[in-house]
Amino acid sequence: MGINFRHDVDTVLKEAKKQTKPVLLDFSAAPM
Amino acid sequence: MWPDERVVKFVNENFIPARVHVKDDAAAFQKYGEQYNAHWTPTVLELDPNGEEFYRVEGFLPADDFLAQLMLGRAHMDFKQGKWAEAQKRFSEIVEKLPKSDGAAEALYWAGVSRYKATNDASALKATAKAFTQRYLDSSWAKKASIWA
Repeated sequence: MGINFRHDVDTVLKEAKKQTKPVLLDFSAAPM
Repeated sequence: MWPDERVVKFVNENFIPARVHVKDDAAAFQKYGEQYNAHWTPTVLELDPNGEEFYRVEGFLPADDFLAQLMLGRAHMDFKQGKWAEAQKRFSEIVEKLPKSDGAAEALYWAGVSRYKATNDASALKATAKAFTQRYLDSSWAKKASIWA
């Protein structure tokens, strides 16, 4: 099990509002 | 930080996770970096459902300390929304599960404040001050709580 990070941040923000769920936004330099 | 199973579980249960990468998503990194004033990595933001930042973790932390910070942020969100009982539960959980983490002393402080806000009973603050005489004695949170003794 891992974290399925999304990269479509605008869409995530819209979904968060709709679902009233917080967002975790990671600014990363880690190898992908 | 991220491979830790407890971190994975906590993030998946509490957030919609999103990532912008400094190189692979350079345009997005610049856009959201400016929007949220995040110019260093790793920077992890907790955003409320309206996209407003309510907590940030900057720099690498070992798993226990990182998880404690994520949990603190989530608890502070409940606190700011006036969900005192939920906030108290979340803050207390940090002290119970991650007592040696850097965030534990702060969590103990805010658990007491949350309990006071929920009950309007000043003994919650007195009990918190007493708890700080047993643990986290050198923390700034112990100093802050000392006024309630």
